[in-house]
Amino acid sequence: MTSTVADRPELALADDALILSHRLGQWAGHAPVLEEEVALANIALDLLGQARALYSELGDEDELAYLREERAFRNCQLVEQPNGDFAVTLVRQLFFSSWQELLYGQLTSMPLAVKAVKEVVYHRDHAEQWTLRLGDGTDESHRRAQHAVDTLWRYTGELFQPLPGLDVCWDAMRSGWEKRVTGILDRATLTVPDGPQHGGWAAGAGRQGLHTEPFGPMLAEMQHLHRSHPGAAW
Amino acid sequence: MTTVVPGKGPGQGPGQGPGQGPDASGAADRAAVRVTDRAADRPAGGLAERGTDGEPGPETYESAFDAAVAADERIEPRDWMPDAYRATLVRQIAQHAHSEIIGMMPEANWLSRAPSLRRKAILMAKVQDEAGHGLYLYGAAETLGTGRDELLDKLHSGRQKYSSIFNYPTLTWADVGAIGWLVDGAAITNQVPLCRCSYGPYARAMVRICKEESFHQRQGYELLLVLSRGTDAQHAMAQDAIDRWWWPSLMMFGPPDDESAHSAQSMAWKIKRHSNDELRQRFVDICVPQAEALGLTLPDPDLRWNEEAGHWDFGAIDWGEFKAVLKGNGPCNEQRISQRRRAHEDGAWVRDAAAAHARKRQEAASR
Repeated sequence: MTSTVADRPELALADDALILSHRLGQWAGHAPVLEEEVALANIALDLLGQARALYSELGDEDELAYLREERAFRNCQLVEQPNGDFAVTLVRQLFFSSWQELLYGQLTSMPLAVKAVKEVVYHRDHAEQWTLRLGDGTDESHRRAQHAVDTLWRYTGELFQPLPGLDVCWDAMRSGWEKRVTGILDRATLTVPDGPQHGGWAAGAGRQGLHTEPFGPMLAEMQHLHRSHPGAAW
Repeated sequence: MTTVVPGKGPGQGPGQGPGQGPDASGAADRAAVRVTDRAADRPAGGLAERGTDGEPGPETYESAFDAAVAADERIEPRDWMPDAYRATLVRQIAQHAHSEIIGMMPEANWLSRAPSLRRKAILMAKVQDEAGHGLYLYGAAETLGTGRDELLDKLHSGRQKYSSIFNYPTLTWADVGAIGWLVDGAAITNQVPLCRCSYGPYARAMVRICKEESFHQRQGYELLLVLSRGTDAQHAMAQDAIDRWWWPSLMMFGPPDDESAHSAQSMAWKIKRHSNDELRQRFVDICVPQAEALGLTLPDPDLRWNEEAGHWDFGAIDWGEFKAVLKGNGPCNEQRISQRRRAHEDGAWVRDAAAAHARKRQEAASR
């Protein structure tokens, strides 16, 4: 892979989509209700479709997905976070899809973004509806939803670290995102955390190829079969 | 039905969601609405209108039902039907629905390891389809007055079964192909006749399901073809999968005709159209030339073309294994059902939250 591919912003967007798709796929057979088996798989499929379209513009999709090491992945740390319970997964969806909708909405010269923003609207709506249900549901669901918000908040700052090469107003992205997300959290009777939007040890690290520990095992599982048969076609 | 109504989720959005468009599940949903109005029960086949003196008696109902079945008319949810017919359908549709959701597990086992992004997308779409089939089928059962919660409870407590084939493990990537080609192939052979089943909502759900299943079967066949023509290791992987999945697939058609407990009555009611052995033979006849085209060997030394019968003769099935797996002693029975139970129990707080939220919204609206 040439260094120019590594620097292309599409790579970061493709990695975001692939890794989140993979995480959502881990729900298959474990969702709390059958409708959510369908919904989560559908979102995972949309994201996988986005990743494939973006990788294909950069090179061979399987080479990019299966033959890069952990340090070469450019996804933000938010999407690699383990699924946790349903609240963690849905709050992760809320944070990410709200951001992705705003981003894709600005990328009017990127055909994939123009097409994908329509599906992302559904992802965001799905996440908002569940945030409202969980936040303003039972005491237990409220507690779990608040815990999810508190846990994932530190990974949201990275979303607004500018990706060189994208014609995006990042400050407007941040204020648009904060307005939207805090509005939903308020309606869901959840508290917006005071804490920083960055991990203190490595702010914005995913984009630089620094990932959290759970990412390595996830990637190893994803790549293992492909790497076990070098050069084979599937 | 469960209390969760997730609103316009992505499943109903553009894309692959099974919720879109006019389809069999829509028909089942509409039927589900009608069945709540049980006072409207009427004899099948419109005989009530032809009756001469007021309310039709029980004999009229029964003979109207028999006449409708004999004339190949569809029985609909509001039609009168014998209790045993209703119970048989609920049992069969529930078992089918359970098989769809349990069947997701052996495939999901490979979702995280699919060796190319294209295969990952195909497998994810397939697993999603199966969840969708589960939804249609639970919906069809609901038109008979039995809700999803009750059926899931029976699955989790072992009072209702799912297809025994899913008690076998998926040990290699080729197993995903073998499930598509053989397991889905056997399921289609079983299910295509159900598109003409006498009960309308079930028949209509099956039309949609069979279309998607035949898509899955072609994808499984193509996956195996690529492996069979690939490296030596890939070819061996494919052959090993066929060796393990062939006989259990033949068992999917159920016990031999002379030992099948429910067959005769189901045939008379036109819930079932062909016997277990007929369907099994049909499946073998389809598979033999396909295996040859794949370059793979079916693990049966007794397979021979029988010129006189016009069929492939095949070896004896190990019904001892079939019965053992059915009784719960297969390799994955415990694993499958405990994963199902755990998913349901772990999700209880989510379903409770959705119900509580819906109540709050309702109260706020009525204030």
